[in-house]
Amino acid sequence: MLIGGILVITRRNAVHSALALIAALLAQAGLYLMLYAPFVAGVQIILYAGGIMVLFLFVIMLVSIERTQRERQFNRQWLVGIVAAAALGGLFITVYTKGKGIFPDRALPPVEAQNTQNVGTLLYGQYMFAFEIASLLLLVAIIGAVVMAKKRI
Amino acid sequence: MHQLIQYIQSYLSSDQTPGAAGNIFWAIVYILLVFAGLSVAVIAMNWLERKILAHMQVRLGPMRVGPHGLLQPIADALKLLLKEDIIPAEADVLVFWVAPFIVTLAAFTVFVVVPFGPTHAITDMNIGVLFMLGVSSLSVLGIVTAGWASNSHYPLIGALRSSAQMVSYEVAMGLAVVSAILMTSLNAEGTGTLSMIGIVEAQQAQGEWFIFKFFPLGLIAFFIFAVAMVAETNRAPFDLPEAESELTAGFHTEYSGFRWSLFFLAEYSAMIAVSSIAITLWLGGWLRPFPNWLSGATWDKLFSFFPGLSFLFLAGMCFFNAARMPKHSFFRIQTIGLAAFGALLGLIGLALFIPAVRVRIQDIYWFSVKVAAFMYLYIWYRGTFPRYRFDQLMKVGWKILLPVGLGVLILTATVGLWPVIRQTIWHP
Repeated sequence: MLIGGILVITRRNAVHSALALIAALLAQAGLYLMLYAPFVAGVQIILYAGGIMVLFLFVIMLVSIERTQRERQFNRQWLVGIVAAAALGGLFITVYTKGKGIFPDRALPPVEAQNTQNVGTLLYGQYMFAFEIASLLLLVAIIGAVVMAKKRI
Repeated sequence: MHQLIQYIQSYLSSDQTPGAAGNIFWAIVYILLVFAGLSVAVIAMNWLERKILAHMQVRLGPMRVGPHGLLQPIADALKLLLKEDIIPAEADVLVFWVAPFIVTLAAFTVFVVVPFGPTHAITDMNIGVLFMLGVSSLSVLGIVTAGWASNSHYPLIGALRSSAQMVSYEVAMGLAVVSAILMTSLNAEGTGTLSMIGIVEAQQAQGEWFIFKFFPLGLIAFFIFAVAMVAETNRAPFDLPEAESELTAGFHTEYSGFRWSLFFLAEYSAMIAVSSIAITLWLGGWLRPFPNWLSGATWDKLFSFFPGLSFLFLAGMCFFNAARMPKHSFFRIQTIGLAAFGALLGLIGLALFIPAVRVRIQDIYWFSVKVAAFMYLYIWYRGTFPRYRFDQLMKVGWKILLPVGLGVLILTATVGLWPVIRQTIWHP
């Protein structure tokens, strides 16, 4: 996943970057599987690798590659970059060394066999309101996209 | 050594899929079996498609290589392997290399969860259907990258068409699948399942294939899936990505030899994969026909004779045609070959009558028969329907299949929850 991530930002060719991003996303699905979350892994594959990345590739292919090859790949804001990276790294290190209290002591017992059902009950039970708000947001986004794309409806 | 044998034998009494039992040896055996079976099926499909299509158009089809062209696919495969492998000069070599492998991998990985029988699957995942849909949607990536990497106009147009088409039909397909999965939750606990084996067992428990459930809701959902699945696999009448009359061969125009044959293999195994999703969700998977009407031990026994009988029928057809061969010395080898093929089929058929084999094989047989029916439908569509125009294709996908799918989904949920709804309305 790390290799994929690094390749995404270092490749000059946008299509190669997109392919590396797909590899990274698939690796992430693998991570979810290892965390006993098969449902999230499956959704990750369908939505990100299968759906969104296809649209990405679709758009990238329509862009001329010669122009992107000529343009400068990295901008010159090293200072900001270093500060942000140091802050994130510091956060990771603190959590790794002192974070014992945040996480539960033992790993939760694997509930792979009931994972999907549990996700469903939680989504449509306890978190019903948040779920509906999220879907409403998506609906608004779809309508907005249609309004912006079509001059005359 | 003794432990190894014990390890191998321990699976036979476990009554589980090798994945669930955690037995690596049998898992590998199953993987090899599925892979070999698929390859044979693809080869057979190659011959059958040309032959059936030819007979639909009142032609003979391949007749020269072997009796009735039976050896034609093998000759074709040899030709493809020996052909020069061309990579266009301006192509993106790495992506050009990787693309056919993405398509083939996606098409074959799907079969990990296909249930050929209650224990005849490589493994059974909790997210079976989701896994199948997800991995088969990855094959679009291979097609798109193949079209782009060729650095040529026809493949690029083919790739763009294919990505737009597959993404749009995936939506309708997903809705149809969800409405079938809703039906699995009609049990005492009220929770459904995404596992392929679980879905078929739900149909067994409810005593009804989901295609007949809530008539006509199940039928409509199945119809939506059946249309979307043809579009997903880029087959006629939705074969715009490789429309011969417009784009020569679409996204694989620049591919030749072995790489092209990988695309071919992937296309046919993807067809088998989506048909097996349809069969699992709506047509009762490995269950035999008429489980309610013709139930009982006698009928069970009678239906278990079917595999052997159908092989014997095929053998009989071979002998009949061998007898009808022209009596000329040119055809002597072909006649002998056809008779030998018939004898082989007959021997397999006789072996399938052995009780121990008969019991184990019948699930796989019914599953394969249903897949074969779907494959015939694919060929039939190709011989019957003219190709859609691209805007018509989008119109069918977004304006007909999607709204109908949504309606069926809502209606299925309503009918499934009807007892609860009625109770809350009339007896609050």
